[in-house]
Amino acid sequence: MLLEFEQPIVELENKLAGMKSLAEESDVDISDAIKKLEDKIVSLKKETFQNLTRWQRVQLSRHPDRPYTLDYIYEITDDFVELHGDRTVKDDKAMVGGFGNVDGQTFMFIGQQKGRNTKQRQMRNFGMANPEGYRKALRLMKMAEKFNKPIVTFIDTPGAFPGLEAEERGQGEAIARNLKEMFMLKVPVICIIIGEGASGGALGIAIGDKVLMLENTWYSVISPESCSSILWRSWDYKEQAAEALKLTAPDMLKNKLIDGIIPEPLGGAHTNLKAVAEEVKKTILKNFKTLDKKSVDKRIEERIDKFSAMGVVK
Amino acid sequence: MAWFKRQNKGILTPTENKKEAPDGLWYKTPGGKIIHMRELKENAYVSPDDEYHVRIGSKEYFEILFDDNKFTELDKDISSADPLEFVDSKPYPVRIKQSQEKTDLKDAVRSAHGKMNGLDLCVACMDFSFIGGSMGSVVGEKIARAIDYSIKKKVPFLMISKSGGARMMEAGFSLMQMAKTSAKLAQLSEAKIPYISLLTDPTTGGVTASYAMLGDFNIAEPGALIGFAGPRVIRETIGKDLPKGFQSAEFVLDHGFLDFIVDRRQLKSKLTTLLKMLK
Repeated sequence: MLLEFEQPIVELENKLAGMKSLAEESDVDISDAIKKLEDKIVSLKKETFQNLTRWQRVQLSRHPDRPYTLDYIYEITDDFVELHGDRTVKDDKAMVGGFGNVDGQTFMFIGQQKGRNTKQRQMRNFGMANPEGYRKALRLMKMAEKFNKPIVTFIDTPGAFPGLEAEERGQGEAIARNLKEMFMLKVPVICIIIGEGASGGALGIAIGDKVLMLENTWYSVISPESCSSILWRSWDYKEQAAEALKLTAPDMLKNKLIDGIIPEPLGGAHTNLKAVAEEVKKTILKNFKTLDKKSVDKRIEERIDKFSAMGVVK
Repeated sequence: MAWFKRQNKGILTPTENKKEAPDGLWYKTPGGKIIHMRELKENAYVSPDDEYHVRIGSKEYFEILFDDNKFTELDKDISSADPLEFVDSKPYPVRIKQSQEKTDLKDAVRSAHGKMNGLDLCVACMDFSFIGGSMGSVVGEKIARAIDYSIKKKVPFLMISKSGGARMMEAGFSLMQMAKTSAKLAQLSEAKIPYISLLTDPTTGGVTASYAMLGDFNIAEPGALIGFAGPRVIRETIGKDLPKGFQSAEFVLDHGFLDFIVDRRQLKSKLTTLLKMLK
């Protein structure tokens, strides 16, 4: 699938492929033309991706080919043991987690998981966790704390699931408890928004010593569509809503609501999983190294102080 | 045949002689009975016929809880900034100003400390009349500071929630107030100071998913709507009508997320009994 603004780039890429095969078949030297076209593609890519609107970034964050939590985990870790269940109700497949090794260091990885095809999407509930998902996440975080292993969370959700059973089982309570408990975790916690960071459903696993966003993701209190439907009373103002919400990584960094941005390859994370995963891995290891040097009390104090300073009043 | 005959047609009283009945003097109960406001006030704003708990704000709750209505308000001059320069149908600062003029409030929460039946208590109480009790930076900051007060003075903390959830016009800032208040409550909990969360009609969204559900004691008023997602959103998600009583305080109690439901007329005495046991 292609997004509207990816179309012209892919057209040129197809043209380039055609020229290359032509060059192989014939004796005519068209290397100059090929070089020109290659340059043109790079500059068009730069022009497109350095000037993305906020809504276009939202679209990229939801790109059907975008890497999901397990893609990163499998790419980053040497070994990974997935763990299941909240020990109370069931195993929420919209929330995954387990221990994984990265360059000899064990981390607890936790994240919302989306599906790639219709069947998977249904199984993963489109990355919308139920209360048991948040409780599973908390169980795994407590286990990480017990065995003194740092925690990495990957955030990618259109929101916590707004269903009947979710309410019966206390969706609000489950998220609230995670917020409170995560502040007191004795191990380092690194949170990375890899796709969509929608509201409380995202925040429920996003209290960390370092909160980072990939370049083409969004993180806010509501999706642009829902914001449009509530404030403009129509679904048609999603572009304006995205602008108004200032929900991109650069916006969030500027407002000091996150700690940093992880760059994506030109064209977006979905064009090169290896490259983006390498960047994510580097970021995790670098941040772990600095966080690990601090005392437990210091880390918790800084975590609390950081979030306590968020907000603007007069 | 009429009993009497109107001799002059039309209204003859000149406008300046018209007797004005002040607004808000009478209250119509959901059962249809008209009662005097004074009667309602003396009954803790519970309609006497059907026990309906009328939606009230911080002014009324402070009056009900604090001895002789004596209390010291905290941080009463904090008001909203506009960090995102948010504009929807109107600019956010205009919306704030209009709400302030309409409600005579600074924002959607007020906090105070005082005595309740002689016991020290710190209270933060939300006002639904201010942009739907929505939580922005001011709400988060005032609650955080009230909790700081409780920690510093070792005074029990009571949070009275009444909110539609996050304030969209503060987007990311609004979301982080959930984190901020939860961080403070974690510290309050470490300090072993009692935290009572009273959920009133309605308590939904980000408020439910943060401080409202984090009480040592989660309690609610009868019939209050309590939930994470609003009923309309859930109906759209599942494509069916919701069962009767869904997301009512009684439903939430039944599912194990509340300690008890309290009639507003017994609120003060019940809180006193509970807090005395923890002394």
